[in-house]
Amino acid sequence: MLDSLRSPGGPIRLAVPRGALFDETLDLLDAIGVETAAVRGDSRSLVFDGGELTLVTMRPYDVPTYVEGGAADLGITGKDVLLEQSDRPVYELADLKRGRCRMVLATRKGDPGPSEHERRLGMMRIATKYPRIAEQYFERSGRQVEIVEVKGSIELAPLVGLADGIVDLVATGRTLAENDLEVREEIVECTARLVANPVSYKLRAAEVDSLVGRLREAAG
Amino acid sequence: MIHPIPPGTRDVLPEEMAELRRLQSSLLGVFERFGFQEVRTPTIEYAEVLERGGGSGVEDAYRFFDDRGELLALRTDMTIPIARLVATRFGELEPPYRLSYLANAYRAVTPKRAELREFGQAGIELIGAAGADGTAEVVEVLGRTLDAVGLREARVGLGEADLWSCLLTDFGGDQALLAETTGLLARHDIVGIEAALAASELDRDRCESLLGMIQLRGGPQVIDQARGLGGSRFGECLDRLESTYHAIAARGGAERVRIDLGLMRELGYYSGTTIEVYDPSVGEIIGGGGRYDGLMRRFGADHAAAGFTLYLEPIHKAQIEQGLSGAGPPDA
Repeated sequence: MLDSLRSPGGPIRLAVPRGALFDETLDLLDAIGVETAAVRGDSRSLVFDGGELTLVTMRPYDVPTYVEGGAADLGITGKDVLLEQSDRPVYELADLKRGRCRMVLATRKGDPGPSEHERRLGMMRIATKYPRIAEQYFERSGRQVEIVEVKGSIELAPLVGLADGIVDLVATGRTLAENDLEVREEIVECTARLVANPVSYKLRAAEVDSLVGRLREAAG
Repeated sequence: MIHPIPPGTRDVLPEEMAELRRLQSSLLGVFERFGFQEVRTPTIEYAEVLERGGGSGVEDAYRFFDDRGELLALRTDMTIPIARLVATRFGELEPPYRLSYLANAYRAVTPKRAELREFGQAGIELIGAAGADGTAEVVEVLGRTLDAVGLREARVGLGEADLWSCLLTDFGGDQALLAETTGLLARHDIVGIEAALAASELDRDRCESLLGMIQLRGGPQVIDQARGLGGSRFGECLDRLESTYHAIAARGGAERVRIDLGLMRELGYYSGTTIEVYDPSVGEIIGGGGRYDGLMRRFGADHAAAGFTLYLEPIHKAQIEQGLSGAGPPDA
């Protein structure tokens, strides 16, 4: 199967996100009759035969990269990832309504709030894994910020004084609460989206449309 | 000693250079056979020229000051420089003008995306030939060019940029909604369009019709499927697309064409018919074009115009993938 991966034709290749969206994505695929037992049972392989689809597993953040490059015809990833990489020319075909969470601005509980920092210093410092979303949000709302990009636990940044606040994705808000942070502003709601490579979307229209239709129906 | 080159640029070594030369001569051979004469313009233009042309090309341009303090820009494509050239120099001649080019262009790119800042383009401009027949000539040359470089599976997406605005206006959508959704369509954000329509005052059936329309793509039957969706504006727009398709078919070029009612390109100067070129062996678009009837007017010469550009690097990649690297014309 690995030999045929690079050649056109053959089963449609779907990029499946490992991580928070993984189980819900596989449940959706089960619902439309794609074989997912092998994916569920094996955390080391990267490529799986799903019958009508070839499933390629990767980190959610890489899904747009593989889909843009045509290494996957279709992909599932979060809207947060798509917003952060909004200049990639992929087609965003369907809202799969799974993995619902919010992109928020949060600060330490009891802090006077980010606007107070801004009033006093003319500027606030925000730590985030989503520098573009954060930058655009503050630009739109007319506030000056200094963005600090970090990769790991964002909650750490305000606790030790690296930043006045954070922009991050929250599902339940538990991690924020555990670190004594609270939501100040909600930026955007994010769910799982189905994206397509522009060439596959055009040249394999019937197969793509059939999958989109079934996934939309399964997503409810 | 290692001396690096800037990211997004490349050296070409002798073996590949020979392949590229063969590719280039096949392309130019077809252009010449169809009566398109090659021109060359400067690599640098006054930035004002690119701005006058409009579109995304301006934003991505590398700009700099020369020794006299003039703001210059590296050209981002060849269509705008050729529009300038025609308006400036061809005032006395009788159109249509058939021009071709093979040149490098330059654009700022996002780092670490394997995108090129300097890239090759080959294409034609047919200036002064309006309507379906002008477009059909361009598509015919495009088809023959793809034949000549051996890309038998390549397909030409054929759209009409005004379909969306016609259908939305027929349904009573306002200007704000039109501007918002047109931007979303050019960025291929169908989910975003769905949300914008749901938040508007349009009723559900009309939203469904709009969303269904932009996803129609395939053979000529998709035009029939879209018949009756909207009112008179949309009907006339479909008629234009249909007559373009018939004109292409009359020249024997329909086989490669895939009609695509949702096709919209981001470049700002296109109007009406829009073209994209795909090959199954590469994941990116290998060429584009269409009509840009308003562009020449921005340079003070009122000519209808159409053309296409093929992107040389992905075309060469497609040839390599299919084992035809550097293939000349099969048996032209």
